[in-house]
Amino acid sequence: MNHALGWPHAAAWAKTVRLFCVMVLVVPIALGLWGMILPAFGVVPGLRAAGGASVALTLAPWRAVWQWPGLWEALWLAFLSGVGSTLIAFALSQAIVAALQGGRVFGLVMRLLAPMLALPHAAAALGLAFLIAPSGFLARLLSPWATGWQDPPDLLVLQDPWGLALMAGLVAKELPFLLLVTLAALGQPALRGRVLLAQSLGYGRTVGWFKTVFPAIYPQIRLPIYAVLAYAMTSVEMAAILGPTRPAPLAVQVVIWMGQPDLALRMQGAAAALFLLGAVLGALILWHFGARMVAHWARAWNFSGVRGLWAEGWLRGGMLAVVALGVVGMVVGLLGLTIWSFAGIWRFPDALPQTWSLGVWRDVWRGGGGLLSALGTTILIALGATLVGAILALAWLGARPKVAGTSPVLWLIYLPLIMPQVVFVPGLQTAALALGMQGGVVLVMATHVIFVFPYVVLSLCGPWQSWDPRLALQAAALGAGRVRIFWSLRLPMLLAALLTAAAVGFAVSVGQYLPTLLMGAGRVETLTTEAVALAAGGNRRLIGAYALAQIIVPVIGFAAAVILPGVIFANRRGMSRVAIGG
Amino acid sequence: MVQGQQKTGLEICALKIWCGARRLVEMDHQISPGQITSVMGPSGAGKSTLLSALIGALAPEFRMQGRVILHGRDVTDAPIATRRIGILFQDDLLFPHLSVGGNLAFGLPACLRGRAVRQARVAQALEQAGLAGFEDRDPATLSGGQRARVALMRTLLAEPQALLLDEPFSRLDSDLRAQVRGFVFDQARALGLPVMLVTHDAGDATAAQGPVLQLTSDA
Repeated sequence: MNHALGWPHAAAWAKTVRLFCVMVLVVPIALGLWGMILPAFGVVPGLRAAGGASVALTLAPWRAVWQWPGLWEALWLAFLSGVGSTLIAFALSQAIVAALQGGRVFGLVMRLLAPMLALPHAAAALGLAFLIAPSGFLARLLSPWATGWQDPPDLLVLQDPWGLALMAGLVAKELPFLLLVTLAALGQPALRGRVLLAQSLGYGRTVGWFKTVFPAIYPQIRLPIYAVLAYAMTSVEMAAILGPTRPAPLAVQVVIWMGQPDLALRMQGAAAALFLLGAVLGALILWHFGARMVAHWARAWNFSGVRGLWAEGWLRGGMLAVVALGVVGMVVGLLGLTIWSFAGIWRFPDALPQTWSLGVWRDVWRGGGGLLSALGTTILIALGATLVGAILALAWLGARPKVAGTSPVLWLIYLPLIMPQVVFVPGLQTAALALGMQGGVVLVMATHVIFVFPYVVLSLCGPWQSWDPRLALQAAALGAGRVRIFWSLRLPMLLAALLTAAAVGFAVSVGQYLPTLLMGAGRVETLTTEAVALAAGGNRRLIGAYALAQIIVPVIGFAAAVILPGVIFANRRGMSRVAIGG
Repeated sequence: MVQGQQKTGLEICALKIWCGARRLVEMDHQISPGQITSVMGPSGAGKSTLLSALIGALAPEFRMQGRVILHGRDVTDAPIATRRIGILFQDDLLFPHLSVGGNLAFGLPACLRGRAVRQARVAQALEQAGLAGFEDRDPATLSGGQRARVALMRTLLAEPQALLLDEPFSRLDSDLRAQVRGFVFDQARALGLPVMLVTHDAGDATAAQGPVLQLTSDA
C-alpha cells in the first residue's frame, strides 16, 4: 500500500522498522545462546572481567551431564510428556473441529476459548493439582461414599513417575491454543463448501473434513504445533508442579543446577540445557518426518474412498465428551481453588469445608503473603511489556505489506516461541550480568517483550491484513497523508482487534515464569513466580488465593478488550465486533 | 443404476421454505429420470436455499415443510451423505492437495475394492471425459473446461441417483459453456438421472429441453 500511494521515504522507514523488530526477536536469543554455550565449555562470561577464574575450554560440564545417573530418564520424561501431550492435544483439537464445527456446542467452545487461553500455565497446573491430588477436590467429592477412603489415599496421582499428571496439564493448556490457531486457519474462503461437497459424495462430516480440509489446514498450523511441542518438552513451571521429581524432567533439573552457587554445577546446567535443545530439535525433526509418513499413508486412504460413516456417531459422541470433560474440569478446578482460599477447617473426606473463613483474604488485604505487592508488580510489568509489544507490532505490521501463511518471516516471529526458554533465558541472564546490567523490573519487562511481541503480531495480523486497502486509497485521494490515515482510519477501525491482541500479550506477560524469575535476579516477585514458589509448600489457602489472582488479572484484560470497543463505538453498527477467533 | 428399484425420479412434494416469517420457496414438482428441470429467478429468490434443502444442508435459520422423495425413498430427513443426491457448484471445488486421479477416486464408493480396480475405473472415467492419461496431473494445471469435466466425473463416480446443478457453467466463457453444458447433460441423460439446474442464463434453460420453473423474490 505504502508504495502504491507513492510516499517518499516510506521504503527506508519500513526497512529500519523491520530491522529493529528482527533484532528484538533475534538478538536476545543469540545473546542467550552465547551465554549458555560458553559456560557449557567451561567459560563463564563476566568472570574474567572480575579477574577471578582462569579461562580454559573444557568438556568437563558435558562429562558431568553424561555421567549424571538421571540423565536418560529425565530426557525420556521430557520427550514422553512433550511429544505425548502435543500428539493428544493436536489430535483432539482437529477431531473437535471436524466433528463439532457448525453445531451449538462448538459455539460454546469458541466463547470459552479466550478465558481458557488467558489462564496462565502455573494457574492451570495448580487448579489441576488441587483437583486430582490424593486429598484433592475430586477425591473429596467421591469419598467416602464411592471410594471408602477415610484418609487421603497413598497414591502418586500427582507428580507420578510416568508424568501422566504433567501430560494432562499440558494437554489441558495447549488444546485451546491449537483450537484457536485451527479456527484462524479455517478462515480461508477456499475451504468453504469442501465438507458439504464431500458429504454430497457420501462421506461423513468428520471423515470428509479430515480428507478435504485438514490437508489445507496443517501447513498453516505447523509452526504453532512446533511451538507447543517445544514448550511441552521444556516447561518448567508446569513440570515443577505436576511432574515427577526423582528425576524431574530435564528442564526442571537445568533450572535447579543453574540456580546453584557452585560454578561447576552451573556449567553442568548449561550443558544439560544444550543437551535438551538437541532433544527438542530431534523431536521436531521426528514430528516433521512423522507428518510426511502420515501424509503418504493418507494418500492411499483417500484413494480407497472409505466413507467412514460408521465412525461419525462415535467421533461426535467422543468429542462432545471431551469438551464436556474440559469444561467441567475447568469449572470444578476453579471452584476448588476458590473454595480453598475461603476454607476454614476442612477435614479430608468432607466435600466442603466445615467452616468458612475470610482469613487469607483479610491477611492478603493487609499485605500478608506479599500478594498485593506481587499483584502490583505483575500488572506494572504486564502493562509495560504489552505497551512496548503492541507499539512494535503496529510498527512491524505497518512496515511489512504482507505476512504470508508459511513465509520465512513467520519462522522469525515464531522463533522466541519455539526456542525453549530454559535454553536461552539463563544465558540471557549471564549475558546481562556480563554486560553490567542489574536484574530488576525493567530487565524483566524487556525480556517479556520478546514473548509478548510475537503473540501480539500473530493475533493482530489477520484483522490487520483483511482491512480493506481501498479505504486508504479513498482517504489518500481525499488528501489525507499516511499519518492521518493510520491514526484516524486504520487504528480506530482495528481498535477491537488491537485491544484483543493487547489482552493476549498482557496474559502472556502475566503467565511468564522463568524470565521473571531469572531476569529479576530473584528480587522481582510476581503472582506467577510466587504461586510456583508456594506450590512446593503446603499452604493451600494462600496458593488458592494466588492462583485465583493469577486467573482474574488476565481475564480482566480480555473483558476490557471486549467491552471497550462497544462503549467507544456504541452508536456505530458497522463497527460491531467479530467474535474472537472467528 | 440400482437394479430392481422403482425409478420414479426426484419428487419434491409440497416443499415450502421460510426464512423467519418470509416464505422463500414453494414448490411441488416431479423430475423423471433423464429429465432436466431448470429453476430460474433473480438473486435472493432462494435458488441456492432450495438446493441446500434438497441435499439436506439447510442452514438453521430456515424452516422447511414438505417431503423429498428419491425413486420412492423418502430422503427428507436423511443425512447428506446417505441421500445419494450429487451436486455441482459454481466453483469446481477440486481438492488442490489431490491429483486429478485422487479427486476422482474420492468420489468412487469404497465398496469398489482393490487399487487396480479403482485405478481402472478412474481411467475409464477420464477417458469418458476426454482426459485419458490425466491421472497424475495437478488440478491447478487444468483449463476451466477440463476442471469442470473432472468435477462432474467425480460427482458421477459417487453413483448419485439425482443430480443438482448450482449454476455450474456461469464461470465459463460462452464457447466453453455450450461445450461443457452439452457434456454434463449428455452424461446425466445417459445415466437416467433426474436433474435440477439452477441458472441465471436463459440459454442454459433452453439447452436443458425440460420444464422451466420461475422463483420470484416474493413467493
